[in-house]
Amino acid sequence: MNEDIQALLDAMAEALKQRLDARGTPDPVMVGIHTGGVWVAEALHRRLALGQPLGQLDISFYRDDFSRIGMHPQVKPSNLPFSVDDRHIILVDDVLFTGRTIRAALNEIFDFGRPASVTLAVLVERDGRELPIEAQVVGKHLSLRPDQQVKLRGPDPLRLEIVSTGGDQ
Amino acid sequence: MSEALSSTRAIPAAGPLPSSLQFNEEGRLRHLLTIEGLPQTLITEILDTAESFASMNAQAVKKVPLLRGKTVVNLFFEASTRTRTTFELAAKRLSADVLNMNISTSATTKGESLLDTLRNLEAMYVDMFVVRHESSGAAHFFARHVAPHVSVLNAGDGRHAHPTQALLDMFTIRRHKQDFTRLRVAIVGDILHSRVARSQIHALNILNTGEIRVIAPQSLLPAQVESLGVHVYNDIRQGLKDVDVIIMLRLQRERMESGLLPSEHEFFQLYGLTQERLALAHPDCIVMHPGPANRGVEIDSRVADGPRSVILEQVTYGIAVRMAVMSMIMGGSVTP
Repeated sequence: MNEDIQALLDAMAEALKQRLDARGTPDPVMVGIHTGGVWVAEALHRRLALGQPLGQLDISFYRDDFSRIGMHPQVKPSNLPFSVDDRHIILVDDVLFTGRTIRAALNEIFDFGRPASVTLAVLVERDGRELPIEAQVVGKHLSLRPDQQVKLRGPDPLRLEIVSTGGDQ
Repeated sequence: MSEALSSTRAIPAAGPLPSSLQFNEEGRLRHLLTIEGLPQTLITEILDTAESFASMNAQAVKKVPLLRGKTVVNLFFEASTRTRTTFELAAKRLSADVLNMNISTSATTKGESLLDTLRNLEAMYVDMFVVRHESSGAAHFFARHVAPHVSVLNAGDGRHAHPTQALLDMFTIRRHKQDFTRLRVAIVGDILHSRVARSQIHALNILNTGEIRVIAPQSLLPAQVESLGVHVYNDIRQGLKDVDVIIMLRLQRERMESGLLPSEHEFFQLYGLTQERLALAHPDCIVMHPGPANRGVEIDSRVADGPRSVILEQVTYGIAVRMAVMSMIMGGSVTP
């Protein structure tokens, strides 16, 4: 499965390019979600040769399970090195599963300002959405059992790993 | 510390002040009462988390939803401007509801009434108390008596501890000087009465600071201060030589009357930080002060407002550090 990550990224970059061209989106900016989403975003950012530097989000302060599991021990600063007001944002994550991470990321982005639009690009999409959220650009769809998890390892090389959590069920 | 406890008036015998009280059964930080006994990894984690909160200043909406629906009570039995307002802002930027209560100590002369205050506030479903009190051990007293779901944050108790001040000072130092193991840090002034100095010394020791110096007249040093792991200087000129960080303490003017000091003028002559004395330190030395500074008593205005001063940065970072501590204490407090 791993040898074709670069090919997946190529295809995603191409799909994004077509989408941006078709809509005539001027000067889009890209934002990756820590940690895996930033790796994917870096690869796409290079391929699309975007003018603005890459933004990074750590959504720890916006998680909906904070009061249950507490603070993530390694929170990274969020950094959006541009104004998001009236910008077209490409939001990038590694895996789209329940949709809760994207919900948190959208909330955080809106605390920085009011973007013109947000497009979601993910390397892997799997079943199990718990919120009405979908990706516009998808590298690969995976059908996994509920007890399986897919993780992106990296940054060099990037590889996908499927782990079975077993006893969870 | 037992000497400090004997001055306890409003509080029943506080007993020893165990730092283990700060952790729950799973080893999570539940109260923050003192720096003593905190593992280095936890302090680093707090400072790292504060780093993320500091970056929030770039947001148009400087607020995160972490403590939405929680109620924080600032319970101040002793005057404070900076500490109370930064705690208040920190709680508000975490989306908590904040209630400020300034209670003059004269109104609570019996231990029972303090406990009554606590019970009454608890009955309003408060989640966290931020406590400042003139008696050492006050925060421990609260922590021992609050309901299981309530957290206590010490905002300064007597001469004992002021942990969030020490943490924000460590954050400020780390922003300017990465590696603590190579640092020479000098704490200058009224060490004897300073809860800030005590907490700073503990924090600096936990972070393996290269050398900690205290500079003060013998009358303003606690007995056996060397046992805290510091080098003592009575002469400020010798003490400041080659230091990387100078922390000036507020001269607590109310101590003047006690005969521990001759006069403010003489104190400034002997221990005031002037430009000329600052020149003895390392050229990159930063100057800190927990505030409020007595200009012309412990620090010259030209130093306080000068290029080496990071005094206002300390105030800014105080908000981020207090947000980090509050969110770490409150997170995961609800069982699923």
